[in-house]
Amino acid sequence: MSIPILSTLIFFPVAGGLSLLMVDRNKTHLIRMMALIIGLMEMLISLPLFFLFDKTTPRMQFTELTPWIPALNINYSLGIDGISILFILLTGLVTVLSILVSWEAIQDKVKEFFIALLVLEGMIIGVFCALDFFLFYIFWEAMLIPMFLIIGIWGGPKRIYATVKFFLYTLVGSLLMLVGIITLYYHGGQTFDIRELARHTYSPGLQMLLFWAMFAAFAVKVPMWPVHTWLPDAHTEAPAAGSVILAAVLIKMGAYGFLRFSMPILPDATRAMMIPMIVLSLIAIVYGAVICLAQTDLKRLIAYSSVSHMGFITLGLYGLNTQGVEGGILQMINHGIVTGALFLCIGMIYERTHTRVIADYGGLASTMPLFAGFFMLFTMAAVGLPATNGFIGEFLILLGSFINRPWAAFFAATGLVLGAWYMLWLFQRIFFNPVNSKVVGLAELNLREIVILLPMVALVFWIGLYPDSLLSFMHVSVAHLLDQVHGGADAVSRVAVVLP
Amino acid sequence: MNMINWATFEPLLPEMLLVCIGLALICLDLFVEKTRELLPWLTVLGCVTVLGMVIGERNVTAFGGMFLTDAYAVFFKVISLLSVIMATLMGEHYRRVHGLRHGEYYALMVFAATGMMVMASAGDLMVLYLGLELMALSVYCLVGMNKGEGRSTEAAIKYFLMGVFASAILLYGMSLVYGLTGSTTISEIARYTAATGLTENPALLAALGLIIAGFCFKVAVAPFHFWTPDVYEGAPTVITAFMSVGPKAAGFAVFGRVLLSGFPELQPHWGSLLATLALLTMAVGNLTALVQTSIKRMLAYSAIAHAGYSLLGVLAGTADGLSATMSYLLIYGFMNMGAFAILVLLSSRGAHHESLDDYRGLAKSHPLAAALMLVFMFSLTGIPPTAGFIGKFYLLRAALGAGYTWTVIGAVIFSAISAYFYLRVVRYMYMSEPEGELDFSYTPGISAVLGLALLGVVGLGLLPGTIIGWAASALLGQ
Repeated sequence: MSIPILSTLIFFPVAGGLSLLMVDRNKTHLIRMMALIIGLMEMLISLPLFFLFDKTTPRMQFTELTPWIPALNINYSLGIDGISILFILLTGLVTVLSILVSWEAIQDKVKEFFIALLVLEGMIIGVFCALDFFLFYIFWEAMLIPMFLIIGIWGGPKRIYATVKFFLYTLVGSLLMLVGIITLYYHGGQTFDIRELARHTYSPGLQMLLFWAMFAAFAVKVPMWPVHTWLPDAHTEAPAAGSVILAAVLIKMGAYGFLRFSMPILPDATRAMMIPMIVLSLIAIVYGAVICLAQTDLKRLIAYSSVSHMGFITLGLYGLNTQGVEGGILQMINHGIVTGALFLCIGMIYERTHTRVIADYGGLASTMPLFAGFFMLFTMAAVGLPATNGFIGEFLILLGSFINRPWAAFFAATGLVLGAWYMLWLFQRIFFNPVNSKVVGLAELNLREIVILLPMVALVFWIGLYPDSLLSFMHVSVAHLLDQVHGGADAVSRVAVVLP
Repeated sequence: MNMINWATFEPLLPEMLLVCIGLALICLDLFVEKTRELLPWLTVLGCVTVLGMVIGERNVTAFGGMFLTDAYAVFFKVISLLSVIMATLMGEHYRRVHGLRHGEYYALMVFAATGMMVMASAGDLMVLYLGLELMALSVYCLVGMNKGEGRSTEAAIKYFLMGVFASAILLYGMSLVYGLTGSTTISEIARYTAATGLTENPALLAALGLIIAGFCFKVAVAPFHFWTPDVYEGAPTVITAFMSVGPKAAGFAVFGRVLLSGFPELQPHWGSLLATLALLTMAVGNLTALVQTSIKRMLAYSAIAHAGYSLLGVLAGTADGLSATMSYLLIYGFMNMGAFAILVLLSSRGAHHESLDDYRGLAKSHPLAAALMLVFMFSLTGIPPTAGFIGKFYLLRAALGAGYTWTVIGAVIFSAISAYFYLRVVRYMYMSEPEGELDFSYTPGISAVLGLALLGVVGLGLLPGTIIGWAASALLGQ
């Protein structure tokens, strides 16, 4: 490829966002339109990735390489494989939806909001493209600045507490990882290229130290139990667009970090730490689900359900077999779509009622039947009803963990039961029950809102009915990753893919 | 009769020119009243000329090793001159707003620059001391420039007394070294120490301890930092900005040269001592900054913390480490000057607007100033893609390479703590509603400083290759 498509994807939204600086701040409609056009164009630019991607090779594609800091052997090195490509496409879609959902919700400092959102998009795509650990770190940290502002400026009443907590949690984790990255650099032949680093072998003791250094950053971002406490606050206080981006792509970066860095570079430590990681995941699944049952705040409930669902994802990844890892990656996309959609829904209804307390709702199905239909559908996807995307992901993860560790699958399955419980109960309290006076006379969804939700519905069923269209992207890359983790020998734990 | 060979003085030309400029500024101020408006611009012009000369300097060892113009010296001279240029431009704004009319301000600034340049080039303890005192005496006067203001005078006296005390300790250490090694030339000291196996000599260690204490005072490293907050707060803001960049960089220049060229054999001793001091400095600076309500005082403690980070490169005792400290000081110069420039910009006659509360809602009333401050604050925290991150990364890398893992872990934890108070400024600017009315305007001087600082912070953050390459090649004696 002669066109640097990945660089374009990273810097087009950043440049587009900065171009908004030149627009008069009072022309809010123009600013919104420009942001939307930039977001849509970004999606258009990402389409060639989908069609030109070669699914038969585990090698990095669309690569770019330019020396950046020659004195320290740091390169501007980009590339994607079957693991990262889907996240880039998802980021493009989610950003457009976030722009749309902020259309009327954001009235103050409109210009700054869209600049922050677009810069954030560029940084997130950078995280998924970077093949140089240093470059990855730059994007990983730079993303904090717009997110800090989005939660802190346009968030809810306790936004400052939430955003500072989010920033500090992430920063401490990231800085510990930075120490790990530099240590890796010295032991891995003075390079930051992750493919080079993965080719070296490190002593088990060092691997363990590096594993925990990376764990500090990635586990906070996922977030895994017990470092998840920033997430409910950040989710709850962020504006709708912030919650959507946070749920759909931002927390996926942590799990992606495990896949891209921990596993191939530190295979011995990964295998040794498999059981502790599975146990942490199981705790997150059950704990998150139980906490959900006690929530009175709509957004907080969905936030804790994210903790539970992310537990599923790390459970799948640390099954370290084809089903588990592929299921984990697919479930990351699914969770992005479903939870993103749920936050979009909550954003729409919050705009009408300005309350997030569950008890303030009730009988909404009679005033907003269409909205109830959409919400029902996403609820079903969240609890993993067959024919929705959630089912495929959860099934693969359970299958993956059942092959090697039936007890883990057993505990995870209790999480599914609890998940159905809190989601259906939530649905009952909001949409059925006697009509609450606060929801009488609410306007039904308008065209813009329906347009936002329709692609999510399409994705829910598309992935639910024909998952191989996404899974086919990752087969080869995941097989390659597992070869790296298992040293290419242990084929027993990787039986062929069994699709439902 | 011997004729003076003028060629011997060639390496000294930039310094000599600076002295002439300083004298000329005094004369112009005294006798040609019409030129007073032009003084700042003449200062800048002079400094830029000298900057050009410095960059073109050849690597010469003059006066029997007493004066060196190696790439290391050139690097620090550039930082010194840049800090003087920026402080002069800021001073021009400060003068207009506060109505100060001091011609000697510029002359003293130029003399301080001369002192710093001599320090950077010093290959001999005596030359080093001369440069140090020339710089320090000029800065004592500059601190007390606001004669009408009590805190400025108090700061000057305090700084003077403490400074003289530290100089005495430094001199005492130097005299012991001379007594033990028979030389004041830095390279000679190293040669003698190695040849005679003096490395475990308790008297030499004591002398080194005294020298380190003296330098630590100059660069505000804990526990020798007690003067810093008061002096930084009391001095006119422009001078605070200057002090936290120029003299500090010059202090690190001699710190690095004396330790690495003079006592390389003793690295295991001073390395672990400095590691402890560095951690202590970061702890004191960052933890105390957490509770400050005045931004100026917060930046003073932040300057202490940053001295701790800068030490990481020196204590590594490697060429890599030293070049990390060098790049960090340059980067720190840009971001700190930028932050102080905002402080200067917001101050008006009779009201300094240094409290955090004055920054409430700044983003709404003055979006540009707030956005600039945001960039500088994130850079001071060390968040990419700003230059602050690159500098910190380079330091951490050097210290880890030298095996100081726990010091580095301490450094990153304190760095995370520092995020809290830097971001508090951002929070006040962006996430609160404005309370009072702030009225200020941009003058050419302050705009130039802000532009330069922004260029440095963003440019070096995105394209750090040049600066790191330059610092890495500008090693001692090359």
